Amino acid sequence: MTPLIVLDAKACPLPLDNVDTDQLIPARFMKRPRGDGYGQFLLHDLRQDAASPARLLDQDAFKGCEILIAGRNFGCGSSREAAVYALADFGFRCVIASGFGDIFASNAVKNGVLPALVSAEQAEALLADDSIRQGAPIRIDLPGQHIRIGNHSIDFAIDPVWKTQLLNGWDDIDMTVSYAGAIARFNQSDALARPWAQPDRSPAQ
Amino acid sequence: MTERAGSLSSRPKTLIDKIWDAHVIVDREDGQSLLWVDRHLLHEGSFHAFDQLAKRQARLHRPDLTFGIADHYVPTRNRNAMQPEIKRMVDQLTDNCARHDVTLFGLDDPRQGIVHVTIPAQGLTLPGNIMVCGDSHTSTHGAFGAYAFGIGASEVAHVMMTQTIWQKRPKAMRVTVEGALPEGTGAKDIALHLIASIGADGAQGHAIEYAGSTIRALSMEGRLTLCNLSIEAGARLGLIAPDDTTFACLRGKPFAPKGDAFEAAVQAWHSLRSDPQAEFDREVTIDASALAPTLTWGTTPEQALPISASTPDPATIQDAARARTISDALDYMGLKPNQRLDSIAIDRVFIGSCTNSRIEDLRSAAAVLEGKRATVPGLVSPGSAAVKQQAEAEGLDRIFTAAGLEWVEAGCSMCVGMNGDLVPAGERCASTTNRNFKGRQGPGSRTHLMSPAMVAAAALTGHLTDVRTLAKVSHR
Ligand code: SF4
Repeated sequence: MTPLIVLDAKACPLPLDNVDTDQLIPARFMKRPRGDGYGQFLLHDLRQDAASPARLLDQDAFKGCEILIAGRNFGCGSSREAAVYALADFGFRCVIASGFGDIFASNAVKNGVLPALVSAEQAEALLADDSIRQGAPIRIDLPGQHIRIGNHSIDFAIDPVWKTQLLNGWDDIDMTVSYAGAIARFNQSDALARPWAQPDRSPAQ
Repeated sequence: MTERAGSLSSRPKTLIDKIWDAHVIVDREDGQSLLWVDRHLLHEGSFHAFDQLAKRQARLHRPDLTFGIADHYVPTRNRNAMQPEIKRMVDQLTDNCARHDVTLFGLDDPRQGIVHVTIPAQGLTLPGNIMVCGDSHTSTHGAFGAYAFGIGASEVAHVMMTQTIWQKRPKAMRVTVEGALPEGTGAKDIALHLIASIGADGAQGHAIEYAGSTIRALSMEGRLTLCNLSIEAGARLGLIAPDDTTFACLRGKPFAPKGDAFEAAVQAWHSLRSDPQAEFDREVTIDASALAPTLTWGTTPEQALPISASTPDPATIQDAARARTISDALDYMGLKPNQRLDSIAIDRVFIGSCTNSRIEDLRSAAAVLEGKRATVPGLVSPGSAAVKQQAEAEGLDRIFTAAGLEWVEAGCSMCVGMNGDLVPAGERCASTTNRNFKGRQGPGSRTHLMSPAMVAAAALTGHLTDVRTLAKVSHR
């Protein structure tokens, strides 16, 4: 996973609440292996709709944008990590929103995408910002937790654990394997404490 | 890091705390804990995680605690003539499970069904278990007092390789429901009412414990429906303290403890309840006696209202963002402001999904349809092959087919349309499922979520209908 520290990039506004993961990638595109690339399916159906703000993604002004700005409860719904694959493969490294679905946020971090949490008012202000709408780049400073737009800046929130992971590009599995001894000791005492917890494969009486 | 040797504190604990504490292997200073996972459930969509495993040339750590099931992509008819793409999804799961010695409830297995229907019915969901699955509705299993939550593909790969997961302790929310449910209402109405009141993100970062007399009186089926929908309120999970209803349901189930071991387990499970003085981060109360049949009108489960209501009018909403959201939803749904919900005509119905496809759900829909004809087409997909068999033994299939609805095999079906069961673009479907998102049941589809009885009522009249008025008519 590539570490993320400071990001200078264009930010595409998506002035919608409750953008669920079914919108981020409709289920019918999830049969393919990741290697095929998921970027083309990002917000697929919304981008077909002439009236949808998601059309901005296809405008020249936002070519190469790496930051997405949305309203509340972004990424709610299905646990499909493919929603993050679609964002990441499209080129996004950061989503700014006033709320995130829990599973989505965790999936995002595991793929090096920063879920930057701001207040509802701040999200509205960013969505309405003229310079952003014209494609001027903004700066995401992860160590300082700031978003810099022109000459003013706002703070964002991120879980400290996720912050460390993003800054270092860490992978959980390697870390967990280092706890093998503790896991084995847990198993020994747990087998005594909760003997019923195993599936019983003997035939029913 | 600190390794845990049992908590010494005598602070009163919630049920959520008790299960959490029993599973902590390591507490890290940054607030993350490494938890032991008792059950890991896989389905066709788990191929991303199997691919990650293959990339690392790793083995699945505990095949004995891992169960695979074919549900998301399985055809509900003509299983012998599968589309090649769908067949590949199902075959991939079969191959991966075989390669890693995982027990699979595959296409031809009499136990096949939707993961959240079959697994509890097999006695694999036990009180006090931690369970995970790469599916957000894993919260369903909380009905048995299990701590069960959905995870993404990277986490699935992590659990495959270590049988553990890193988590931050969630905040605890108690939803207390008191009073008798009025005629025509049930668990689905409690859930939709809750989501409409606290919002689709109202429980974000929280685990919910459902408590109160109404919950105690719910059947296991009702509890499964309620816990299933916790994720639609944004919660990590929802659970209910196990009681005699739970234990009676588990007794004799294939994978549950048997004989003396079962009695000993019940003894242990009795302690799985929140201590009287335990504190919750948030408390919500619901008066069940004030509930009416509730359904969604928009494109998120929080856009739910009682059947007697009308669609909202964005012109009367002060908050610009909210007004925009409402008019966008009305547009997508092809509705106007101030339209009476019971005047909205539908094109088809769907009865199924992990929310409402158990025997009790099918019975309640059949009770409304018995001896009558639906005026719109529809699909009924039981939650598992076992539920299908039982429904047929009770003659429910004949009630559905005599009403003109199609009776098909078990699977996720039209809940998500991955298997090709789709609501055509622009059509409106009264559905027992859990998500009314744009395009969820197929591109351009319009979904109204409601209980099985309410879907049956809509099937009969061809428009959204208060099931209680139908009952009155037929009694006259
Ligand atoms: S029935 Fe629907 S919600 Fe349930 S597991 Fe299947 S796709 Fe997910």
